Amino acid sequence: MAVPSELAQHIESYVDTSRSPTQQATSLDAVISLVKNHLITIETLVREMEIYLTTTDNVIRARGTLLIAELLMNLVSKPLDNVTMHSLIGFFTDRLADWRALRGALVGCLALLRRKSNNGTVTASDAKAVAESYLRNIQVQSLGQHDRKLCYELLECLIERYPNEVASLGENLIYGICEAVDGEKDPYCLLRAFHIIEALVQLFPDPSGPLASYCGDISENLGLYFPIHFTHPNGEEADVKRDDLSRALMLAFASTPLFEPFTVPLFLEKLSSPLPLAKVDSLKYLSYCAPNYGADRMAKHAGAIWISLKNAISTSMLESAKSFTSQSLNGLGFEENEITTEAFMLLKTVLMQNSDLLSSLIMDDEDISTTFNNMTSYGSYSDIPLQGKQRLHVVGRILYITTKTNIACCNRFFESFFPRLMDILEISKRNSSGGCFLDENYSLANKFHFGAVYLCVELLSAYRDLIMESRVTATDSIHAKEACCCMLQRFSLSLINAFCSTLRTGCNKVSDDVDIYFRVKGLQILATFPEDLLPISGSIFENILRTFMSIILVDFNHILLWKLALRALVHIGTFIDTCSRSEKASSFMAIVVEKILSLVPFDESTLPFSLKLEAIFEIGTSRQSHMLKIIRGLEESVFASLSDVYVHGNLRSVDMAIQLLECFSNKIFPWIHGTGDLEEVLLRFAINVWNHVKSWTASDVQVQEKGLLDATMMATKLAVGSCSEESQNIIIQKAYSVLSSNTSLIVKESTTTSIPVHPEGLQLTRQTDKFSHKDECILLLFASIIIAARPKTHIPNVREILHLFIASFLKGYVSSAQALGSMINKLGLKSNGTEISSDCALEEAIYIIFNTKPWNSYNNSVSGQCEATSNGIEIGLSDLCVGYVNNRLLQVNAIVGLAWIGKGLLLRGHEKVKDVTMILLQCLLSDGSTGASKLKQSLLEKTCEQDLHPSVMKSAADAFHILMSDSDDCLNQKFHAIIRPLYKQRFFSTVMPILLSLVVKSDSSFSRYMLYRASALVILDAPLIVVVSEAKKITPILLEGLSVLSEDIVDKEKLYALLLVLSGILTDKNGQEAIMENAHIIINRLTDLISYPHKMLVRETAIQCLVPMSKLPYTMIYPMRTQVLQAISKALDDPRRAVRQEAVRCRQAWASIASRSPHF
Amino acid sequence: MVYEFFNANPVVYKKKERQVRGAPSDTDESAVEPIDHLEVFDHLRNIKDPEHHYSLEELRVISEDAIEVEDHCSFVRVTFTPTVNSCGMALVIALCLRMKLMRSLPSRYKVDIRVAPGSHSDEAIVNKQVNDKERVAASQEQPLILDLIDRCLAPSYD
Repeated sequence: MAVPSELAQHIESYVDTSRSPTQQATSLDAVISLVKNHLITIETLVREMEIYLTTTDNVIRARGTLLIAELLMNLVSKPLDNVTMHSLIGFFTDRLADWRALRGALVGCLALLRRKSNNGTVTASDAKAVAESYLRNIQVQSLGQHDRKLCYELLECLIERYPNEVASLGENLIYGICEAVDGEKDPYCLLRAFHIIEALVQLFPDPSGPLASYCGDISENLGLYFPIHFTHPNGEEADVKRDDLSRALMLAFASTPLFEPFTVPLFLEKLSSPLPLAKVDSLKYLSYCAPNYGADRMAKHAGAIWISLKNAISTSMLESAKSFTSQSLNGLGFEENEITTEAFMLLKTVLMQNSDLLSSLIMDDEDISTTFNNMTSYGSYSDIPLQGKQRLHVVGRILYITTKTNIACCNRFFESFFPRLMDILEISKRNSSGGCFLDENYSLANKFHFGAVYLCVELLSAYRDLIMESRVTATDSIHAKEACCCMLQRFSLSLINAFCSTLRTGCNKVSDDVDIYFRVKGLQILATFPEDLLPISGSIFENILRTFMSIILVDFNHILLWKLALRALVHIGTFIDTCSRSEKASSFMAIVVEKILSLVPFDESTLPFSLKLEAIFEIGTSRQSHMLKIIRGLEESVFASLSDVYVHGNLRSVDMAIQLLECFSNKIFPWIHGTGDLEEVLLRFAINVWNHVKSWTASDVQVQEKGLLDATMMATKLAVGSCSEESQNIIIQKAYSVLSSNTSLIVKESTTTSIPVHPEGLQLTRQTDKFSHKDECILLLFASIIIAARPKTHIPNVREILHLFIASFLKGYVSSAQALGSMINKLGLKSNGTEISSDCALEEAIYIIFNTKPWNSYNNSVSGQCEATSNGIEIGLSDLCVGYVNNRLLQVNAIVGLAWIGKGLLLRGHEKVKDVTMILLQCLLSDGSTGASKLKQSLLEKTCEQDLHPSVMKSAADAFHILMSDSDDCLNQKFHAIIRPLYKQRFFSTVMPILLSLVVKSDSSFSRYMLYRASALVILDAPLIVVVSEAKKITPILLEGLSVLSEDIVDKEKLYALLLVLSGILTDKNGQEAIMENAHIIINRLTDLISYPHKMLVRETAIQCLVPMSKLPYTMIYPMRTQVLQAISKALDDPRRAVRQEAVRCRQAWASIASRSPHF
Repeated sequence: MVYEFFNANPVVYKKKERQVRGAPSDTDESAVEPIDHLEVFDHLRNIKDPEHHYSLEELRVISEDAIEVEDHCSFVRVTFTPTVNSCGMALVIALCLRMKLMRSLPSRYKVDIRVAPGSHSDEAIVNKQVNDKERVAASQEQPLILDLIDRCLAPSYD
């Protein structure tokens, strides 16, 4: 094969160290491609390179060797025959002795040794030769970091691929490896070194083999690194983490039991060091190594381990700073850290390994005995000194962990400790006498020692958890014949009685919270023990339930106890569910569920009604059947009290009815929604409402209770909203039948809903204008169903209903307007021909609302200024809004209605919303002639010149808030509104330019004022990112909006929202330009807001906004400095702390920009 | 010249767990939260020691208990304890405390700063100087002192 001429060049270029690395890489690539494409063989190449490989120039020789090695590294998949392989590996093996050209030799050996078997591999004898040469020639620790890394990789590769050949080197190899890894410091190399040791140990499994004599050395070497302490900065060596290293070291330590005599003492020694890291690592390593070293070897250390563990646990328990709360409680409220967790893991491991030895150590432990002996000297938790509490906690946790380990330990610890505890509690005595009935006289004040109760509860809960775990994993099942079972059965009755009587009213007032917590917990554990292991008779179980119930009913002033008892009941209720026993289930139903339900209708018990409802709901959550029962009961109560109000006129039931309805709205319906399969309950509730409506309207009693009606509407809405379409159809049919039977509401076949309108401005009195109470009730409940209906739900006779709602919202029923908005939002675009004739498409509905002129204006007054005919003129909705009829109230109603309809359109992205916006804008511009629209002008021709009343303009401005804000009442996801994404952005970017230009054009100050208000309301609900992107244009108007909104206390929430938008602009990079331009006005506004009296958050945020203002260019803000500092110094005396704190910070920022005088 | 510390190796204490205040009611806008000793302590705790980079809280120069506040009388008294009896920085610390309180409390307040009885050799002198408004005002004219005070009062971000 001819040698290509360029080969020599490439070789020369690679070998020449004066060339750049890229050039060398290119020439390497060129050589590789030559060999790959079979233009030259490797043998030819080697022959060609003879001079480079044999020269006495170290540098060139090294480069030459490296070229061959790199080439082989890149040709892993190229098949090579045995002869070539043999000669190549022979060459590299020899070269290992050449320390000046070592890199190439290492890379070459690695490349050849790593080859896959189908492409030709190094033979076993050659591999052995490599290993021998390696051990003979290489002094790993004298090499640089990269070469060391290669050395370790080569060793690892040899051990993994040729274990037998390498193992035959025996002690030589072990010695070599020990020498190689001795003193290594680089993290990556260390990681490899740990792996090598782990692999090395696998090579010599024989405990009396060559490894035995080196174990001491190896573990001494490894021990130097323990615990791994990483000094590398975070950025560097990111590929090797402390955890990786630590784990590798742990695996190396655990690789053979032969290390045990050296490592375990080391770990124990480090465990006693004050460094937390050393403690955690020692515990971790011990836990991991113990099973690998085996029980026999570990037994020697059991005593030492136990002592160290005990010390570690005791010293790591810190006093918790938190006050006692039932939620966060673990043991006695001492905080546990990683050391404790690891210590308990280790305790569990060693206990499993050497059960007998460890448990006797624990049982004979002096500290534990002392704790037991001291127990009787303290009664309540609060009597125990802090140190005693800590010791008690340690013992409790140790007992819990050890008892829970397995059933053998459980038996042993129960036998040893439980009788002692019972002795202390003086419970065993009364049991031996055979008396197991409720002993009311068991006086506990001085016998129920907290320590004993606590440990007893820990033991019991460990036992119960052990049982539950074994049932879940279905491993070794626990029989009732186990010693601990028998013991518990013997004591259980007396114990339950003791707990019950301590929890009885009277004892609780004097007890500490912690005492109570453990008594309740103990009783709860006993009540929820699996039936087959601890049979509790029905009467005892009922006694437990009665005890808890009496707490619920009587001890409601003791909040913690009450909550704990409730939680215990819920727990017991849930447990009955899993291990269903009909007897217990029925007694729970009778004693708890029915009892508490029976209390609802009567307000005799002293338990406050809200707590009663909370308890009822919580108990219901324990089980679906309980909840169903409870819902039925509550439903009865709701309708009974509603009827009481509406039929009998009994106003005393109003509060109760409202609370019950709120319980349904806030708790029960969301719960049902969460379970997802109880739709019939919702349907029943909604239908029930309509069944009762008939009877309410039949009565003569007139009750005006807005709150009650609102609560009823909300509950109905939520119930309907969670129903499926089928159920909704049923409900709507039912409701419609009630509605249509009420003739006063729906005028059949009428296109003109007559509302007497008086153009002259005679004020309609509110009372006569409204519906009667009965009609109102039906109308509003119907509206709430329409609001909650799904888009596909069929609404009968849409046109008629549209007319009804139009007529009613003009009378001031906002819910009607909301219902109209919802209908418009959800109606289908076009009705199919097959549908019933009463179906109405969206376009038609819009036409009905806007274009028909259903309002007749009766000219029934004296001389009207209008030239209306005696038949009256017809006025459309838009005309009403812009004030054709000089009736302020009607106008406001029309505008509010229009806003809700507009919202429905806006959400679904219908273009008609533009018309709505234009009408609203006209209302805002009404008193100026320049901005007036065509419509206005045409109206002016017909009617007299009239200015809109301020209240009308204000409602037009507020309509923008309705359009932009999210409502809880309707048109949201809960009530299935069709919501187009980004509708707020879209509306904001269409309407803002118009508002801005109108502000510029407007020459009436009041009109401008209202435009500011409208703009502010649009801005505060728009997504911040859009506002910021328009910051330059928006900021001036936003600032005007701030001053407009700060005038009325009603607007304080809106003011706050707007201020948050400003702070968003302030902190955003894109807003900086706008801020610079308006700096003076911003500072003026903010300093005004510092003294805003109605909302603390406004003051706080205003001050926070001033801080970044101080970073603006010095010349710009210097003139404002005094003004700001004066305003802030007033804020230093603000009644609220948060404001004062911000003021100090802000003052620091502003004071530091120039002068240093203490005041200004 | 090597700077000589008055106390080259002070004992640094762990910051004490803060007393937790109940969350303020957001609903009641008219609720008044009077200035109390915890709030004043919050103003003072992060002042740096003039010699070391530790806060006065860490060195236990001031503590929550050593601050008396009577909001209705507009009066506050801070009693501080220098780390060593002969600490030459006591006056600077006292000035820092006074300046910080002047900047953080409403102007209606009368501030009284004093060295804990028996904790400093020049107790009377320090007490006299730091509560003499003429002398305090004069110290403000000294750029060196002012620089030092500003460094101690600079906000820390830990």
